[in-house]
Amino acid sequence: MIPAQLLHPTKKGLYCPPGDFYVDPVSVVPRALITHGHADHARAGHGDVWATGQTLDIMAIRYGVDHCRQSHVAELRQSFDLNGVTISFWPAGHVLGSAQILIRFNDLQILISGDYKRGLDPTCDPYERVPTEKPLDAFITEATFALPVFRHRDPQVEIQKLLKSVEQFPNRTHLVGVYALGKAQRVIGLLRHQGYDQTIYIHGALKKLCDYYSDQGIELGSLEPATLEKGQKDSFAGKIVLGPPSAFVDKWGRRFADPIICFASGWMQIRQRAKQRGVELPIILSDHCDWDELIDTISDLKPKEVWITHGRDDALIRWCELNQVKARPLNLIGYEEENE
Amino acid sequence: MKPFSDLLDRLVLTPSRNGKLQLLKDYFAETPDPDRGLALAALTGRLEINNLKPALLRNLMAERMDDVLFKLSYDYVGDLAETIALVWDSQMRTAAAATATATAATRAKPGPQAILRDQGNCGPRLSEVIHSLQMAGKTNAQTVLTTWLDQLDASGRYALLKLLTGGLRIGVSTRLAKLALADLGQVDVAEIEELWHGIEPPFVDLFAWLDGKAAKPKQLAVAPFRPVMLANALSEKDRQKLDPKHYAAEWKWDGIRLQASVENGVRRLYSRTGDDVGRAFPDLLDAMEFEGTLDGELLVARASANGNWDVASFGDLQRRLNRKTVSKALLSSHPVILRTYDILNADGEDLRHLEFKQRRQRLETFISHLEQPRIDLSLLVKFQTWKELADRRSNLPNPAIEGIMIKLWDSPYQPGRPKGPWFKWKRDPMLVDAVLLYAQRGHGKRSSYYSDYTFGVWTEEGTLVPVGKAYFGFTDDELKEIDKFVRANTIDRFGPVRSVTARPDFGLVIEVAFEGLNRSNRHKSGIAMRFPRISRLRWDQPPSQADSLKSLEALIS
Repeated sequence: MIPAQLLHPTKKGLYCPPGDFYVDPVSVVPRALITHGHADHARAGHGDVWATGQTLDIMAIRYGVDHCRQSHVAELRQSFDLNGVTISFWPAGHVLGSAQILIRFNDLQILISGDYKRGLDPTCDPYERVPTEKPLDAFITEATFALPVFRHRDPQVEIQKLLKSVEQFPNRTHLVGVYALGKAQRVIGLLRHQGYDQTIYIHGALKKLCDYYSDQGIELGSLEPATLEKGQKDSFAGKIVLGPPSAFVDKWGRRFADPIICFASGWMQIRQRAKQRGVELPIILSDHCDWDELIDTISDLKPKEVWITHGRDDALIRWCELNQVKARPLNLIGYEEENE
Repeated sequence: MKPFSDLLDRLVLTPSRNGKLQLLKDYFAETPDPDRGLALAALTGRLEINNLKPALLRNLMAERMDDVLFKLSYDYVGDLAETIALVWDSQMRTAAAATATATAATRAKPGPQAILRDQGNCGPRLSEVIHSLQMAGKTNAQTVLTTWLDQLDASGRYALLKLLTGGLRIGVSTRLAKLALADLGQVDVAEIEELWHGIEPPFVDLFAWLDGKAAKPKQLAVAPFRPVMLANALSEKDRQKLDPKHYAAEWKWDGIRLQASVENGVRRLYSRTGDDVGRAFPDLLDAMEFEGTLDGELLVARASANGNWDVASFGDLQRRLNRKTVSKALLSSHPVILRTYDILNADGEDLRHLEFKQRRQRLETFISHLEQPRIDLSLLVKFQTWKELADRRSNLPNPAIEGIMIKLWDSPYQPGRPKGPWFKWKRDPMLVDAVLLYAQRGHGKRSSYYSDYTFGVWTEEGTLVPVGKAYFGFTDDELKEIDKFVRANTIDRFGPVRSVTARPDFGLVIEVAFEGLNRSNRHKSGIAMRFPRISRLRWDQPPSQADSLKSLEALIS
């Protein structure tokens, strides 16, 4: 058997014929393994779902407890069997509950990274290198930021930029655009880590997930909804407000005193991207691997083959070519580039 | 370097003027000499440093990085300096010896000023980087650069590469930098403008004065800029209070304000904000055969058959503006003159304290003795009553005249914009009814509003062609109404831009006020508007009744 017979892309997502299951399928399937709770990876309506307890909780928060027919908690680092295929989940460091998935069948081993990162994040378990006795037959990696221009900066320094600006512009509201799952809590966590102890105001779309992170023992400090009585425009002056970026350009953004639009994302590395989006203060902060992390991981795992899922595969393939690593793109569709 | 690169990162994305001022002021307050002075020089185009050619940077990268990976990166980012700043990896250093050579080079030739390291560990200082590059010869410039690129972070590398390739392009004018300095020292910006050409980077004396630690630096420049006197717009209420007997009137020519100064044979031309613009106008510099300082309007003018100047439109003048050098062809096709209306200094004698009446007499004598046709006199408009002047204003004798200036006969020449002595009474703006085509989200306070509008008029084929863009002139309430209209009638989206319904029977007609029209081959319509703004929303009017391109073309002077 060759690795592509154990796992290959289909229209519905990555499919494992011997185990008859999909990984992060983009449409409804009878059996799905889910790496993490972001909407383009975790969809509602599947039959049986295997994921970490936290990912299943997050799916229940987003889609309701009946988001699938039957959910199965995959304990981290513990193997289980599905139609003769051995499966284990390993921390990926992307968001709370995120996991890499190792699939073993007969002699073959394939590791699916899912989305992952190796930088500092006080709000989730850090990435773990999956221990293997022999080289992986294939390593399926994400490639969201797979270009040598993406070199994430020190998250602490990025958060200090925000705090300095708050000091410099005490009469303005700092509106920070964040993805509701992961990024929001990471920004809050990093702010707390820097000793910022004031109340942080959040858009309604972030509330449930922030509550869940708190329930899971992640200290987020004092959070309040960013709502106000009519005619109280100045009440958010000097405050930090978090919300989905789409809300800022909508009418919701009008309630704040002379806002400074900030955006916490890996895309903010590129000045023109920040400018196009009308971002005044880019906070370069990503929950994905940057270029160095991607190639370090490949160098470290030394897989026989690298398969590249969504993102920018051409540069990573070129790098593999230069370093004599066999690589090919999977051309999976349905994952959003902007899933930051 | 870090505070400077942080400043650049912020400035480039800060749209508001007040925001930029705050960032600049904080930087100047927090940064030690000589770094802040060198930063000021860099921001105002006064930093002396050898420029690097982009080709050299490309070669440098070709030696260090796989060309396919570099090309993929550059294609994605689109800016050479930014790409290099991001992909640079000190680990990809080809020879460790490179650092040693560069360090040796800097040590061998220490700069004129002591090279200082930051206390604490904040990386190299701006002054350290700049001095070593200024000292480096052609042969080792690349090695020195490589060393710094290795030591700086991505922002620092970007700032350095932008400094070396010329053009920071961060939307900070010299004027804005001076305003920030004025704010820092709580002094009048006119004082800084006056000093500006007599002081040199890194401006240590200037900052010492602004910090209150030393006296104001002495004015040392030859033929320095003298801060100009500006006029207020004349309101109906003002006019009723003014006695025509006390005021002179002259045509307001539609050019740009210029100060021509000559001292000990040194000739300078300054813009109204004190920028030295002489290089763009060698023809005028040639004509400055005098000692003194004249205030006037720069115009493009060609000799007419009767020996007078035929003043061209502002559009023609624009061809001569914002140039570092000027071609022979342009000099002969678009010659300039200075139409003078004031004299600040004659043969070394300061005349600014004199009344306008006396200055005017001195000016008339000065100009008649000068006998330089390119420097002539702005004529006075005789009048008895405001009614009479109003009639003249509504029948301006030349399309290059944009209104009337009114000046108090007994006022001295005061820098700035004092309320009272000088008024400008511009002609009424031109108006056109146009149809809203596209709306774009604004910035800062307006980021949740569609506040930048592109509007069009009808072509003969019955389609709408864009003729201009406007983003002010409306009230907050009107902004909300337009925003609502845009959101409800969007037919397409392109990033932050929305295209809205614009049919003969449905759409939003806006009355646009503007100051004039020029031909332009950069616009699809073939015309460009000057200073367009929204004057009124015509909810009452169907788009079919909006103006046509033909009627606009008829207005071109």
